[in-house]
Amino acid sequence: MDKIVSDLVENIPCRKAQIHLLASLLGEDECPLPNSIFLYGHSGTGKTLVTSAVLEKLGILTSYVSCVEFYTTRVMYETILNHLSGTVPSSINNYSSYASCDNIGEFIKHLRNIAYSKGKPRMSIVLEQSERLRDSDANILPVLCRLQELTQDINIIVIFLSSLPIEKFRAATGFMEPVVINFPQYTKDELVDILLKQRPSSHSVEFYKNYIKLVLSVFYLATKGLPELKHQVQLHFKAYCEPLEKGEADEHDIRLLWRNIEPQLKKSMSSVYLREVSSAQYERMQQLTETAPTDQSHFKSALTNKMELPYYTKFLLIAAYLASYNPARTDRRFFMKHHGKQRKTQAMIKAKERSSSQLVGPKPFPLDRLLAIFYSIIDDKVTPTANIFSQISTLVTLRLVTQIGGNDQLDSPKYKCAVTLDFIRNVARMVSFDVVRYLYDYA
Amino acid sequence: MGLKRPRSLAQSDNELLKEVQKHVRLNLQLWGTTKEAGERLASLYSVETQHLEELITRTLTLGESNSALMLAARGTGKSSLVNTVLKRLEESGTLTEGMVVRLSGLLQTDDRQALKEITCQLKLENATADKVFGSFAENLAFLLESLRCGSKETSKPVIFILDEFDLFCHHHNQTLLYNLFDVAQSAQAPICVLGLTCRLDVIELLEKRVKSRFSHRQIHLFPPDKFDPYYLDTFKQLLELSASFPFKEFSRKWNLNVARLVEDNNVIKVLKRLHNTTKDIRALKTLLLLCVCQLSDEQPQLNGQMFVHAQSLFVSEAKINMLQGLSVLQLCLVVAMKHLTTIYEGEPFNFEMVFHEYLKFCQRRSSMQSFERPVVFKAFDQLKCLELVRPVDNTRGIQREYQLVQLMMTPAQVTEALRHLSGIPTDVQQWAGSSFA
Repeated sequence: MDKIVSDLVENIPCRKAQIHLLASLLGEDECPLPNSIFLYGHSGTGKTLVTSAVLEKLGILTSYVSCVEFYTTRVMYETILNHLSGTVPSSINNYSSYASCDNIGEFIKHLRNIAYSKGKPRMSIVLEQSERLRDSDANILPVLCRLQELTQDINIIVIFLSSLPIEKFRAATGFMEPVVINFPQYTKDELVDILLKQRPSSHSVEFYKNYIKLVLSVFYLATKGLPELKHQVQLHFKAYCEPLEKGEADEHDIRLLWRNIEPQLKKSMSSVYLREVSSAQYERMQQLTETAPTDQSHFKSALTNKMELPYYTKFLLIAAYLASYNPARTDRRFFMKHHGKQRKTQAMIKAKERSSSQLVGPKPFPLDRLLAIFYSIIDDKVTPTANIFSQISTLVTLRLVTQIGGNDQLDSPKYKCAVTLDFIRNVARMVSFDVVRYLYDYA
Repeated sequence: MGLKRPRSLAQSDNELLKEVQKHVRLNLQLWGTTKEAGERLASLYSVETQHLEELITRTLTLGESNSALMLAARGTGKSSLVNTVLKRLEESGTLTEGMVVRLSGLLQTDDRQALKEITCQLKLENATADKVFGSFAENLAFLLESLRCGSKETSKPVIFILDEFDLFCHHHNQTLLYNLFDVAQSAQAPICVLGLTCRLDVIELLEKRVKSRFSHRQIHLFPPDKFDPYYLDTFKQLLELSASFPFKEFSRKWNLNVARLVEDNNVIKVLKRLHNTTKDIRALKTLLLLCVCQLSDEQPQLNGQMFVHAQSLFVSEAKINMLQGLSVLQLCLVVAMKHLTTIYEGEPFNFEMVFHEYLKFCQRRSSMQSFERPVVFKAFDQLKCLELVRPVDNTRGIQREYQLVQLMMTPAQVTEALRHLSGIPTDVQQWAGSSFA
């Protein structure tokens, strides 16, 4: 047992306690398995890695399934049975699975059959993303928790992996508490250690360590997740080494290297980290900016510019935005020529702060109000034709405006605007309209 | 406390340890019991056991039909007790005259599946093979016919054991229960219906027509809840190696050590704490399993330290563990939401409000690097995935920034948790502690 653990600890860094606990819980050889084990921790903390490594070392017959993949429980049952029985659907067996099985009772029976035909080996079922099971059949979690009891004398264990703590699973009747193991997030030092493992052989440890620390200093505040950080570390290394290759700096000139890479790291925070662009796209962008450095800001606005709307439709959208974010009683003030002076009182300012619609979100408005605002903000004379009305439904289909209360309201449908302030600013800029001046929260 | 043994035994050490693990773990399985434990259970609940035994025997030998419910909290040993009684009857030869059908509410989720299972367990498939059963009604009619055509003298008695009886009550029209109780009540083929459940109000779940056919015989099991001697006795029984253990010398030492453990202060403290939290024996078993798996070559005997360690594994606070893994940005959002919960007195809020709070904080503390809105939104989304934040309603067509959400922790919990975390910037800590937003 000790040898197995020490082997594993060598290969999987920083997870010693977890490996040890899991391995000793499962035990060696013919040892009876515990009922079920529940592993939880943030994504990228090595749950799957540790589990599969330990189970493989201990020689337990295992079925790995990820609960995201199954839209019905039937698919899950059949997949597990296939894994455990060693059936692989292929052209030889006409893509048939071990058995067709659509309820839990049959599943248990088939499990027993498999175990008996294989001479009762130790078996395990590993369920990744097991929080999904809460949404499927009501009985499935309790049954899986007590699978050993229900299959009687089969030495089987169910291992749940989840990013949620066990509290979120307790609900159904008959739930049997599994043994819980926590996978804590790696600390900063551990992260550096792990990331060091992917060091390219061409660079020294010291140099690569410095680089990792640089990347962490930018991203660590936003995320502690290993997968994200790993990705970022890989992505920027080439750019980091550039001054070296050009001969402008040597390995010890950390400050110069930092100044070179800093803006790029900060920038990738808002694009790559958010997965707005893939890393391949990002690299292409990087090359583009080298040839034409003025394009920098272009990319950001490109997203909103992509949606090209007709002239009147843009105004309709702006009108919808104004109708959604301004209280109806203030329309007089914004859209009439002689609205009279309004005195600002302290109470009014307070009230405005409290119910700022930028915080609360858009309010629904009737069609009449939208059109009234539309005619008031547009300069030229527009005749109310079917064209204008059809543009409204276009906006609804584009999900820029949503209709409230179903499609059946013919006489006075209500709408809500569903775009952000940044978006509407961009649209307004295109038709040179100062939208902020008309907004109650800002005016 | 580990007893030093001569080096020459080293080879067999490993074997020995494996054997110990195997034996003790069999005892510690959360379900079912070994034979000895079953007998102990029967002697503990001797009145109830006798009652149950009598009931089944009367069905088996005299052809009387009976129905009964067994009610007890989870983990008390309902199923084990029934199994022990059945085993006893099997040994005495009484059981061979009848058949046992076991159903579980967890597995047979509707009456159709339950009927199929009954047919299967009564070995009636051969009889049904030539007829293709399409409908549920036909199947039921056939089964009832088979039960009905017998009389007291001629037919074999059947014992139905319904585990998780309360779940059967949710089946459509309670058809299965109605028919079973009906057969039991009218003098047809002798059957004994035994329901096991942990719900004390299970009678209320039965429909009127079903209720009136039930015999209202209830067997309650009340576990004795004294810490000393009952809990400690169970503790010892769970750990002791039985007489069937092959290495006698070690077994004696082991059992002596177990007896000594009960006097260990650490052990008592751990057990007391668990006993005060839950009286469920299964929790005790899990704790002991965590102790037993710490046995190694260097420490072949249990000791107090193992119990302390096992307890720390057993009662770790999940919320704090989850918060520990969050980035500083996410923690900032949690704190912002804590303040919002206080301000709005538990009313739901949306992302824009959280972001607004976050910006206010960043402006106050210039040392904090403030992130852009999309980055903050991603962090917020991850909190939602971790279910630290939950949307109040899932109405479609609302922008996600304005979807109303609630924090799944109380403000006090947040403050408490953040105090225990290490490595948080001081200004975030102060912000969390301050009462004004």
